[in-house]
Amino acid sequence: MIKLKIDGEKLEVREGTTILEAAKKIGIKIPTLCYLKDINEEGACRVCLVKVEGDPMLRPSCISPVEEGMEVKTSTPEVIKARKEMIELLLSDHPADCLSCIANQNCELQSLAKEYDIREVKYRGEKRELPIDDLSPSIVRDPNKCILCRRCVNVCKEVVTASIYEINERGFNSFAAPAMNDSYIDTPCTYCGQCILACPTGALHEKREDSELVWEALADEKKHVVIQTAPAIRATLGEVFNMPIGSLVTGKVVAALKKLGFDKVFDDCFGADVVVMEEGEEFIHRLKEKKRLPQFTSCCPGWVKFAENFYPELLPHLSTVRSPQQVFGALSKTYYAEQAGIDPENIFCVSTMPCIAKKFEARRPEMKVRDLQAVDAVLTTRELGQMIRQAGIDLKKMPNKSYDEPMGYASGAGVIFGAGGGVMEATLRTVYERLTGEKMKEVQYKAIRGDSYKELEVEIKGEKLRFAVARGLGNARHLIDRVLRGEVEYHLVEIMACPSGCVGGGGQPIYSNQDEWYMQVEAGNKRGEALFLADENKKVRTAHENPWIKKLYNEFLGEAMGELSRELFHSSYIKRPLYSKKAHKLKNKS
Amino acid sequence: MKNLPQKEMLLSCGKGIQKRIALRNFGKIKPLDIEDYINEKGFIALEKSLFEMTPLEVIEEVKISGLRGRGGGGFPTAKKWELTAKNKENIKYVICNADEGDPGAFMDRSIIEGDPVSIIEAMIIAAYAIGAKEGFIYVRAEYPEAVKTLKKAIKIANKEGYLGKNILDSSFDFDLEIRIGAGAFVCGEETALINSVEGQRGNPRSKPPFPAKEGLWDKPTLINNVETFANIPAIIRNGGDWYSQFGSEKSKGTKVFALAGDIRNSGLIEVPMGTTLKTIIYDLGGGIANNKQFKAAQIGGPSGGVLCREHLDLALDYDNLLEIGSMIGSGGLVIMDEDTCMVDIARYYLDFTQDESCGKCTPCRIGTKRMLEILDRIVSGRGILDDIKRLEELSDLIKKTSLCGLGQSAPNPVLSTLKNFREDYETHIVDKYCPFGVCKLSENNKAKLGELK
Repeated sequence: MIKLKIDGEKLEVREGTTILEAAKKIGIKIPTLCYLKDINEEGACRVCLVKVEGDPMLRPSCISPVEEGMEVKTSTPEVIKARKEMIELLLSDHPADCLSCIANQNCELQSLAKEYDIREVKYRGEKRELPIDDLSPSIVRDPNKCILCRRCVNVCKEVVTASIYEINERGFNSFAAPAMNDSYIDTPCTYCGQCILACPTGALHEKREDSELVWEALADEKKHVVIQTAPAIRATLGEVFNMPIGSLVTGKVVAALKKLGFDKVFDDCFGADVVVMEEGEEFIHRLKEKKRLPQFTSCCPGWVKFAENFYPELLPHLSTVRSPQQVFGALSKTYYAEQAGIDPENIFCVSTMPCIAKKFEARRPEMKVRDLQAVDAVLTTRELGQMIRQAGIDLKKMPNKSYDEPMGYASGAGVIFGAGGGVMEATLRTVYERLTGEKMKEVQYKAIRGDSYKELEVEIKGEKLRFAVARGLGNARHLIDRVLRGEVEYHLVEIMACPSGCVGGGGQPIYSNQDEWYMQVEAGNKRGEALFLADENKKVRTAHENPWIKKLYNEFLGEAMGELSRELFHSSYIKRPLYSKKAHKLKNKS
Repeated sequence: MKNLPQKEMLLSCGKGIQKRIALRNFGKIKPLDIEDYINEKGFIALEKSLFEMTPLEVIEEVKISGLRGRGGGGFPTAKKWELTAKNKENIKYVICNADEGDPGAFMDRSIIEGDPVSIIEAMIIAAYAIGAKEGFIYVRAEYPEAVKTLKKAIKIANKEGYLGKNILDSSFDFDLEIRIGAGAFVCGEETALINSVEGQRGNPRSKPPFPAKEGLWDKPTLINNVETFANIPAIIRNGGDWYSQFGSEKSKGTKVFALAGDIRNSGLIEVPMGTTLKTIIYDLGGGIANNKQFKAAQIGGPSGGVLCREHLDLALDYDNLLEIGSMIGSGGLVIMDEDTCMVDIARYYLDFTQDESCGKCTPCRIGTKRMLEILDRIVSGRGILDDIKRLEELSDLIKKTSLCGLGQSAPNPVLSTLKNFREDYETHIVDKYCPFGVCKLSENNKAKLGELK
């Protein structure tokens, strides 16, 4: 233990504790900007400065370990002035466009400037004028707002392990971007969007062209606009309206969407139920033939892109079933169009997702259904929240309404798709029952819920089958490498790009001023728990028992993995190079 | 400078003032002739270390010598060795920092090109002392001759049994490799250098942990500069006591300077620490060129500070220079005559460091840029009196809060010129003209200058 004094107060902390953490223990919050505990401990921004007696320098508290007998002062005039100057310097090379910035009122630099009462920036001079990368369908990078905190660099390196970011150029001209300032579309970016959640300013955000498309479609009388809500939305949208994390607001979401003017409000979990039917069937086939095992899930577009870029040899192992979003989109333009008697050309299918990779997925050419784009627009949780606000709707005051038929009723299995381990659990519920004729015990599933990399062994008809779930692509990489090295053998593997699954997706609300990465993961876990609760409250908890799914297969599809299913739901994958040779050039802002 | 014969680089005057230790073989031996090197008492120190001394005794000898880091920091060399030696890790590294980046400096380059084997010998001794089996020499890419020479020297040393397995049948192994920089000044900073050797972007790391604890690939690592290493064989051979008889009380031994600027004789000199500026300028440099008056001396490269007339009698050593806000640095010494504009000089050096900032920490990345912009305004006649205060405030902030030595010392040229030549700034700001005709202030600058003449 180390004894020290902070602002005159004596305390004892473990060796290796930083001054920042020690101060927190006695209730002093030293301001930070670049720091993100466990992920980004670089000491780059120099905002968290403190004075240590006897040291002529000021120390960055986030990376300075405590020393025996040290006396720390956290708010002397010298310290406060230096912090202010640091913020001013950052502002002097930052576009002063807060009012029209996507991060307005949710920006860590802005909050600091407010907290430190910055009234004018006395340093005037050159500001960087760098090209913006908005070429991808999912993510936009504005390097002029980059404060070089390196959170994106390290989140992508440590959590995602795609490592697409590095600091480009040097000195005043430096900025975080893919190597050689390539566009995302030329890199192995998975579009998971974890970097967006970590970015303290508006330098990284999702591409927001879809909300405009949706407004227009809603106003277009010729268009029949349907929306599918991802499982995670019901456990998250309340947060946008200041409700606690993990509030379940399913009925209110439906009511708000109806008020917005959607012709039909459907549940993406219905699509998830279909995925269970198809993927389960596919798994049973592979299990019987003992081919292409382990089978990997394919409902996460971030993971699919990761596999295409980093593990092309695994592509035959991926389930060929499209994600619930795409399955649903395909059904909206075939099954639903037929049932409702509407020309599929006039159906505009919107999805709302906790995810930005879904924007990329919806635009993949392989996802077309009978020459139509299956999903026309994808809204993140953040975008949807904003649209509802713009329409003057207060989600909290909405009554509870039910989804529309025939694609509005989902089983509990479909609902838990949004939570970590949920896809595996949903699939197992059906597969186990199909193979044994009995229901599997609930308690076993609990072992694989939540975050990180977890395993489960289940005995089915005398055979021990091994299952694994990995959330966060870093965990996925670890799992895959173990499989490839032959250290472990699995039969079915669920992979989700984001920590704690879709509920922790890159399209979810951004909590600025969180200097610890685990808080992000914890928020995801809480939302996941809400989804498991929603599942418990459902009467039907397996996909194959969902009467609307039965109807779909009886009246339209025939059998799972049948001819029509293959046409509408199954897809192929592309081996992608890590970096394209034909790099796109970024254009300067006009 | 590439084809300059070695002897012409060296200032040979001033016998009795100069003392050649680091440069002992320079121009005397054929750089790649190992027989020549041995004839000049080469490898005696290595044999003595391997066969007659324990690693601790080697470190003790260095400690007695009082040698301090010649790269600029002035950290006691033996202390670095001791800290690295103390670590119980199995894998350790020795690195020689030959990323000499100060504009106009060529001390390290001369040593490598003129006496490469002495560096190899020193690194083996250091490796033996701290328990390392692998070493790297990090040379800047702008020194192709030095790289070529070192490569050949390492090859020869390997062939002759001075490198590799079982050196001189002592059962001690040591391998040496070259790593080439990519043109970044900041890579001379030891932690940035380590990142660069690892193949990463050359960004400095925060200290602690120091390289002695977690350095290259997180293993204990000893990094010394070329000139520091060049002293080692002489120290081991002649004893630490012999070495410590040279120099001043707290700065022992000699220092190599690259003497340049408005001076009659320019070139490399090696003088005992504590030699005064006056001796160097007038006894070695032959005085100011063109019969002009001495105005200032920039010591320590872009990170150092400017000395003025009142410092002529200052004994140049680590502590005296630090005390007046400058540093000995790696040994650049530029002499300036009465016609020099000190604002322009400050701007020149700051322009260099600002351009070479890696951009990691805010004060260095944006702070030095803003300082440069203020200086740009002043030298173009748009300065205001408040600018001086702002420069001082920014300097203070950047020095106190930057992550590495580059930022912490970047304001030195500005602060020292503000202190010693404030009137130069005031003339530019208030009278809007440059008395030296250096800065293109405005149209009336010419007129005003003409008026005065």
